[in-house]
Order: sequence, then structure tokens, then C-alpha cells
Amino acid sequence: MPGDAQDIITKIVIIASDSVLPIDAAIAIYGSENEITIKETCYGTMVTGPRDVVNRVVTNVVSLDRNHIFVKERGFPPGDDRRCRSGRGGGPRPGFHFLREEVRMLPMIGKALEDYEKHVPLEKVTHPGKLEVSKLKRIIESELTR
Amino acid sequence: MVKVFIYPTNSLILSDLVERFGHKPLTMMEQVREKITTVGIDSPPLNITPEDPKLGLKYAAVEVPAGVRGRMSLVGPLIDEAEAAIIVEDAAISFGCMGCARTNELTKYLTRKKDIPILELVYPRSEEEGREFVYRIADFLKSLSGKEESA
Repeated sequence: MPGDAQDIITKIVIIASDSVLPIDAAIAIYGSENEITIKETCYGTMVTGPRDVVNRVVTNVVSLDRNHIFVKERGFPPGDDRRCRSGRGGGPRPGFHFLREEVRMLPMIGKALEDYEKHVPLEKVTHPGKLEVSKLKRIIESELTR
Repeated sequence: MVKVFIYPTNSLILSDLVERFGHKPLTMMEQVREKITTVGIDSPPLNITPEDPKLGLKYAAVEVPAGVRGRMSLVGPLIDEAEAAIIVEDAAISFGCMGCARTNELTKYLTRKKDIPILELVYPRSEEEGREFVYRIADFLKSLSGKEESA
């Protein structure tokens, strides 16, 4: 049994696409006729099952729009008592905040991946520097004298 | 395929990009999965057991809080295994549940001390920065493949 358990993995598929909706991905997975469990979420889908099957299904889903669908492994299976909100009285699950933070960046990353594929040259990016102390001091002084 | 350590260790963007460019990301999720599926005295297995801070002693001294050593028992083996690393600074989330500042410092220190190729970046805030972020990671990961082929 422990040997079997180690082969079961969970992957989170996050959809940040204009052409593919989370439900499209879910239908594609349902249609794959494999022995896997899936859970639809607001940002995409979670897929649990044997490693090779999950990898195959996830590859199929990613091929729907590969620069705008992102995948990450998850430690806990969906609905696990130790993480599931239903048993913990609600609230976001641990780890969701970082996921949400990164999901907000995905449209930007997807666009950059498209540009990389098209060999769009990289323009020089100017990073805003930190505010100098002397400048900050001048701003404070000018505000105080108003 | 090169084993690439990523920091933040549970980053979706980094683990996806590493896998996308044909390498193996070394992530916290994998460690957590291993921990919670390995049958032990603790049932269901979840918590840091007395064994973990002992494992962490390999990476941090005994005076260091047990929380850091417990975390290092998960992160440390990933650093040991790493053949390359991508470190992204300025993650707003290092303030949250990843937010043990001392563990984060120790993780970055141990990674930098290792003689492996390392790419250091900051999280992008604009579209131009996003493009630079992806381009630099992609070029870094492709250069790893080149080194592997020539080795």
C-alpha cells in the first residue's frame, strides 16, 4: 500500500487563457477516460491519480493553449482532511495566497512566453531605482514649509 | 535534464518554467507529498516529528530555533540535490506562510555557497519586466541543456 501511495500525485492546472476556460480543461480531462480524480476550482483544475496518467492528461490539457496554461505539483490531494476548508471551518487553505499572487502574474508571463517563441527582441528595461535619502529629505522639507 | 532548485520553493511560475524547458524542478510540494504519504508513527503523517529538527542539524546549528531546523529538514535535501538554482527575490509572499525570514536567508546562503550555476532575479511588476524575467529564465535553462550536452 505505501508503495502504491507514493505513485499517486496531484497536479494543479491553472488556466490563464483567453481562449480556453477552466470548464474546457475539465471537459478535456473528463473525456480522457482515465482513472483519475479531478476537482474544478476557480483558477483551473486539480488532477489526482497515478503519476504517468496524470502527466499524460496534464500534457493534453496544456496543449490546448500551452503558453497560457500553467502546471504545478501539489503536496496534498484535493479534499484532504488536513487541508480541506470544509473540515477547518472555512478560510483560505494554506498556500492559496501565494498561488493567488502568482496567478495574477500569469497573463504577463504567458505573453512573455509567446514573445520568446516568436523571437521578439528584448528591449532594455529600466528598473526604477530606490529613492535617495537626500531627495526624500528635500521632499519632506518642501512639504513642511508649505 | 538538470535538477533545478527554485526559490520561492513552492513557486508555480518557476516550477512550470523549469519543467517547460525540459528540466526537473526541485520543489517543496514534492517534499510535502513525500512527507504526508510516508507512513510513520504520526498518523496521519503531517507534523514535524522529533526526527526532523535532528535532520535539520545538518544545515543549522543547535542554537537555531527548531522551526528553522524543521523547515531546513525539508529544504536542505533539495539544496543538496540541486545542480542549478533560480532565486527570485521580492516575493510579497515571503511575508506569509513561506515567511520564516531566517530559513529563507539560510536557504539562499546555502544555495549561493554551492558551486552551481545560479540565476538571481526579482519578481516582475510590469509587462516589460515580465518579458525580461521570462527571457532570462528561458536563456538560463537553455544554457543548462547546452552544458549538459557538451559534458
